[in-house]
Amino acid sequence: MTALHSVAPSEETATATLTRAGDHAQAVRARRASGSRRARRSRVAYLYVAPAFLVFAIFLGVPIAQTVQYSFYDWNGLGTATWVGIENYLRVFEDPQLRDSFAHAIVLMAFYALLPVMIGLFLTALISRSHQMRSMSFYRTVLFLPQVIASVVVATIWVAIYSQNGLANEVLRAIGLADLTRVWLGDYDTALFAIGLVGTWLNIGLCLVLFLSGVGNIPPELFEAVRLDGAGRVREFTAITLPALRGQIAVALTLTVVSALKTFDLVYITTRGGPGNSTTVPAFEAYNRAFNTGQVGLASAVAVVLTVVIVLLTIAISRIEPKDVE
Amino acid sequence: MTFTRTVLARGAAVAALGAVFALTACAPGGSGPATSASLGPVSKDVAAAGDITLTVWDQNTDGGIADAQTQLNEAFMKQYPNVKIERTAQSFADLKTTLKLALSSNTPPDVVQANQGYPDMGAFVEAGMLRPVDDYASLYGWDSYYPEGLLKQNSFSSDGKTWQGDTLYGVSQTGELVGVYYSKKLLAQLGLDVPATLADLESDMEKAKAAGILPLAFGNLEKSPGIHLFGVTQAAVAGSTAVNDLVAGTSGAWTDAPTVEAAQDLADWSSKGYLTAGANGISRDDALTSFSSGGALFDINGTWQQQTLATAMGDDVGFVALNSTEGTPATTGGQGLAWAITFKSAHPDVAAAYIDFVTNAKAAQVLLDTGNLPTVLPADYAPAAGSLAADIATQYRAVQAANGVVPYLDYSTPTFYDTLTAAVQDLVAGQATPEKFTETLQADYSAFQSSK
Repeated sequence: MTALHSVAPSEETATATLTRAGDHAQAVRARRASGSRRARRSRVAYLYVAPAFLVFAIFLGVPIAQTVQYSFYDWNGLGTATWVGIENYLRVFEDPQLRDSFAHAIVLMAFYALLPVMIGLFLTALISRSHQMRSMSFYRTVLFLPQVIASVVVATIWVAIYSQNGLANEVLRAIGLADLTRVWLGDYDTALFAIGLVGTWLNIGLCLVLFLSGVGNIPPELFEAVRLDGAGRVREFTAITLPALRGQIAVALTLTVVSALKTFDLVYITTRGGPGNSTTVPAFEAYNRAFNTGQVGLASAVAVVLTVVIVLLTIAISRIEPKDVE
Repeated sequence: MTFTRTVLARGAAVAALGAVFALTACAPGGSGPATSASLGPVSKDVAAAGDITLTVWDQNTDGGIADAQTQLNEAFMKQYPNVKIERTAQSFADLKTTLKLALSSNTPPDVVQANQGYPDMGAFVEAGMLRPVDDYASLYGWDSYYPEGLLKQNSFSSDGKTWQGDTLYGVSQTGELVGVYYSKKLLAQLGLDVPATLADLESDMEKAKAAGILPLAFGNLEKSPGIHLFGVTQAAVAGSTAVNDLVAGTSGAWTDAPTVEAAQDLADWSSKGYLTAGANGISRDDALTSFSSGGALFDINGTWQQQTLATAMGDDVGFVALNSTEGTPATTGGQGLAWAITFKSAHPDVAAAYIDFVTNAKAAQVLLDTGNLPTVLPADYAPAAGSLAADIATQYRAVQAANGVVPYLDYSTPTFYDTLTAAVQDLVAGQATPEKFTETLQADYSAFQSSK
C-alpha cells in the first residue's frame, strides 16, 4: 500500500479488490458458456498480432539468434568458422580485459544512474514548490537539452572541456588549485570518472523532467493535508512526493542503467577505451572485436552476456514500480 | 508494471528459441580459400570489355591524395570511355571496418584498397576473396618497377597464413616513412645538429628540456601514434632485419633484449618529461599543431603529414630517418594500402588496367604534383633544396637503398593493433614496466603463432 492509497483510496482500487475477491465459481461458469466464442476470438486476435510479430521476428529475432549462433564459434568474420562450444563465454569471464570492461560498466552505472536520480530527486524537492513559476518550461527545456544534442557532439564538447587547457583545468587554476590540473581523459586514475561525469550531466535533465512531470500529477490537496498536519519540507517529501514518484524513479533508473551498460559513443569518441584499457566497456569491446580485431565469435559472446545482464537488471528494477491495478 | 515483466519473460523465451535455432543451424562464414581456380589468360585490352562499370573502394580522402585520385579517375575514364568508375572513398578506419562486409557479399567491389598484414589482407586471402595478381605483375611489369621489399609486404602465401609469402595480391600507390620532423629554428636556437641516431635524438631532447623547450610533441589519444613512436625507437635499437623477421613471424620474440631496451627508452623519455605531458589524453592533431607552431623541437610522424607541415612551417621544418645501431637508416614505413582485385570481379583485366593506371610512373607524377610521396620516386625528381619535400625524398631514397624499412608493427597479428596501442599507453604512463610491456606483446604474438 503506497501512501497515495492510504490518503485517497480511489474507487478503482475498491472495485479491483472486489473483483479479485469475487465469486470464483461464477467466473468459471461464465467462461464455460463463452468458451467456443472466446477461442475463435483469440485465434482472430493472433492474426491481428501476426504482422507485428513477423516484423519483430525477422528484424530482431533472427539477428539475435544469429548473434547467439556466432558466439559458439571461433570466427574472423570472413573465412571458415570453427565450433568452440562455450569457450568464448569462458573467455568473457576469464580474460582480464573483458572482465574489466564489465567492471567499468558497473562504475559507470553509479555515474549514469544513481547520481542523476539522487541529484534529480534533490532538485525536484527544491523545485517542486515553484513549479508554478512562469519560466519553468524554459528551465525544463534547458535542463533537458543534453538529451537532445547528438551524443557525438556531446562527447566532442567534453573532450575539449577535459583537455590540457580546457574549461575544467581553467576553473581549477582560477580557484588556485593548479596542482590538480591534468588531462582528465588521459590519466589512468581519472579517465573513467571523467566519462562517468559526462553521463551524469547527460542524465540529470532526463531524471528531472520525469520527476517534475510526476510531481505535477500529485493532487495539491495532498500537500495541503500534509502541511495541515504540520509536516515540514523533508517529511512532506518523504511522505508524499517520493512515494508518488516510484513509477517515474523506476522508469528513470531503467533508462539510465541501460544507457550506462550500453555506453559506446562516449567511450568511442573520448578515449577509445584508453588510456591503456582503463575505460573499455562491453559495447565497445563487442564492436572493436567484431570489426577491428576479427574476433566475431568472442564479440558475439560479449554482446549476448551484455544483453542478459541488461535484461536481468531491468527485471530487478521493475520490481520497485508500483503494482499495476488490474 | 507487470506488463514489462511479461514482455521480458516472452523476450527471454524468444531468445531461448533463437539459441536452439542457432545451435542447429550450420556454421557461419565462407568455405575457405578458393583452390587455385584457373585464372584464365590475362590481357591489357580494356576496350574489349565493352560498356562496364568498375566499382572501386579506396581510402584516399585527405587533401592531396584525394585530389590525385580524382584526377587519375577522370583521366582513366577519358582514355577508356567504355568504363565508368563508381568510386566509394572512406577514411582508413571506416574502410577497415566496412570492407569485410563488402567483400563477403556476392557482388563485391571490383577493386579495393586492402591494408597489409594479417588482420586485413591475410584474412581476405584466407577467405579466398582476393585474386592473386602475379600474372598481371609480369604483364604490366610491376615485378620490376617496385622494390622487392615493398612487393613482399603486399604478398601472402595463398592460404593467407604466411605474410610476405610467394603470391602477390596488390600494389601500392604511395610510399610512406615515419621519421623525426624537427624545427630548424629551435635546433639553431639551441645550437644543436640534426640528430642522426637515437643517441643524438636523446641528447638533443635532454638539452631542449634543460632549456625549457618541449623536446617531443606526442599526442596519443587516438592510440595509433603509439605504434609509430615505438616502431621508430625499436627500429633504431634493433635494426630493420630483426624487426622485419619479428613482424613476419620468422624469428625472434618481443621479449628480446633490443625490444626491451627500446621500451626502456620510451619509459625514460616519459619519466624525464621529454614527451608532451598527459600525452594519452592529447589528440594527434593537437600535438602536431603544438609542434608546427613552435611549441616543440621534434615530432615523430609519417610522411603523410608533409603537406600539413609544409603549409604551416614552410622551410622551417626538416625530416630525418634515424640510423640504427647498424649504422644504416632503419625506420617504420612502407607503402599505402594495396590496390587489389576481388576474386568475384567480372572484369579482372579492366581492374588490373585501372590499378596500373593509378600506380604507375605516370601516376607518380600526378601524385607528386598534388603533394604526395609516390611508392617509387621518379629518378629525375629533385624538389627545391631546403624544402621539406627535398628532405623527405632524400630520406625515402636512403632508407629504400639501405633496405631499412620496417613494417608497421600492427601487421604482426590480427589483434596486435589493439594490444600494442593499449600497451604503449600503459608504458608511457608508467602503468607497465618495459618488461611487462614486452611480455604483453609476446603473449599476443605467441598465441597467434601457435594458432597458425
